[in-house]
Amino acid sequence: MEVRPAGPEALLVDLDGLDQVAAVGSALRHALDRGRLPGIVDVVPAARTVLVTAPGDGAALRAVRTLLDDVDTTAVPDRDDAGTVELPVVYDGEDLPLVARDAGWSAAEVVTAHTGASLTVAFGGFAPGFAYLTGLPEPLQQPRLDTPRARIPAGSVGVAGEFGGVYPRTSPGGWRLIGRLTDDAPTLFDPDRDPPALLVPGTTVRFRDAGSA
Amino acid sequence: MTRELVVTEVGPQALVVDRGRPGWAHIGVPPAGAVDGPAHALAQRLVGNPADAAGLEVLLGGLALRATAATTVALTGPPGGLWRHRVGAPDRALASHQPVHLLAGDVVTVPPPSTGLRGYLAVGGGITVDPVLGSRSADTLSGLGPPALEVGTRLPLGPPPPVPPVGTGAIGVSVAPDAAVLRLHLGPRADWVDGAAERLRAGTWTVAPTGDRVGVRLEGPPLARAAERRGVELRSEGLVGGAVQVPPDGQPVVFLADHPTTGGYPVVGVVDPAELAVFAQLRPGSSVRFSPVVGSPPGT
Repeated sequence: MEVRPAGPEALLVDLDGLDQVAAVGSALRHALDRGRLPGIVDVVPAARTVLVTAPGDGAALRAVRTLLDDVDTTAVPDRDDAGTVELPVVYDGEDLPLVARDAGWSAAEVVTAHTGASLTVAFGGFAPGFAYLTGLPEPLQQPRLDTPRARIPAGSVGVAGEFGGVYPRTSPGGWRLIGRLTDDAPTLFDPDRDPPALLVPGTTVRFRDAGSA
Repeated sequence: MTRELVVTEVGPQALVVDRGRPGWAHIGVPPAGAVDGPAHALAQRLVGNPADAAGLEVLLGGLALRATAATTVALTGPPGGLWRHRVGAPDRALASHQPVHLLAGDVVTVPPPSTGLRGYLAVGGGITVDPVLGSRSADTLSGLGPPALEVGTRLPLGPPPPVPPVGTGAIGVSVAPDAAVLRLHLGPRADWVDGAAERLRAGTWTVAPTGDRVGVRLEGPPLARAAERRGVELRSEGLVGGAVQVPPDGQPVVFLADHPTTGGYPVVGVVDPAELAVFAQLRPGSSVRFSPVVGSPPGT
């Protein structure tokens, strides 16, 4: 674990892997939810880092430093059990042939592997309601497109590196797209719902082949 | 009578803003809020509103509003003024940075400022559009909050504040220097840039014309990757406002209120929070220099 400054009001905790991120992120989030970290505004886990922000003179971040000293990053983290969400997908993505080719599979085998995987939300970010999913079969762990698309329709289902994901709203992006959610799929982000994001860390996600809707 | 402001003319951009919606970065929601936070806060204070009230951020003026009921407004940001148009009375030029009383039917116009970019207009009772995740701010990156103002937009107002408008105390105008020198706290990824401290101290950058509420791009001497980091991808990580990100072309981007919550290019340093509001007012073509500060992580 290495703690780096991110300006006078934030720390970036540099870690070795997703398990360590889960351990640190979850310890900080629990302390925050129990009111033990007054002054902390944001805790933002990512692939290898956790960002913690707190306006002020650093007093709030001192408590974070103390807490970090006590986190056992070698232990397998207690993943929050946040339930299971099933998402129906029409597998007609523009990059499905490319993903199949690079996996050495047929398109049907990509669909079977993707629907057979039990994925877990590691963290959120990028856009409201976007979740980074781990647990993709290794052949589906493929690089981003060389040139990102300017406009990806909401509901697009993609893969990039070690992660799977679904675009909650229309946005630019460079993930390889294999399908799209059906119109009756659950809403990924609703600011009037608590919590607003459907896919919170720890949620198990399973994709279901909805046929050609 | 319904207390409203009705938009009758609009310039390049006018948005409802407040102090933003911090605390949701972990689900991808940008902080949003006024880019020039101190100017927004001052405007609210001048009309007697609480600090969490919503007002307007007006880019390069051009805005006209008709009041449907008597109320008080105040314009802050760069030095300047506004106009009050009253039926049957001569138009009146009024100074910024002071409360201005409007009668029902009065129209107030915000002309383009002679320096700077963004004015902040507060109105007694605040603008009471429905909050989203605790904030009434527009968010130009994610589309949360109210849309940009258009001719015909009707902005609901809260009840007049109980305390009378106050015009006393320190009244600061927003500074938009032609050549800004800003404190830059190095890190978290200064080690990804070749000779970061020296190059940042020595260089002069120009504000590019493409800046918006997401960020401002600076043009100048390219910041090169450190030799040992070339060809290596940084995994996306959390970003703070004021972060100075260095994309592969070496031209830095300073992130402002509507910044994405994570980014995949190294952040060489973070502009001091007390000086970040300057970027709300720097016009394209302005010069920027940095005064790099090496510090240990806060909280140590």
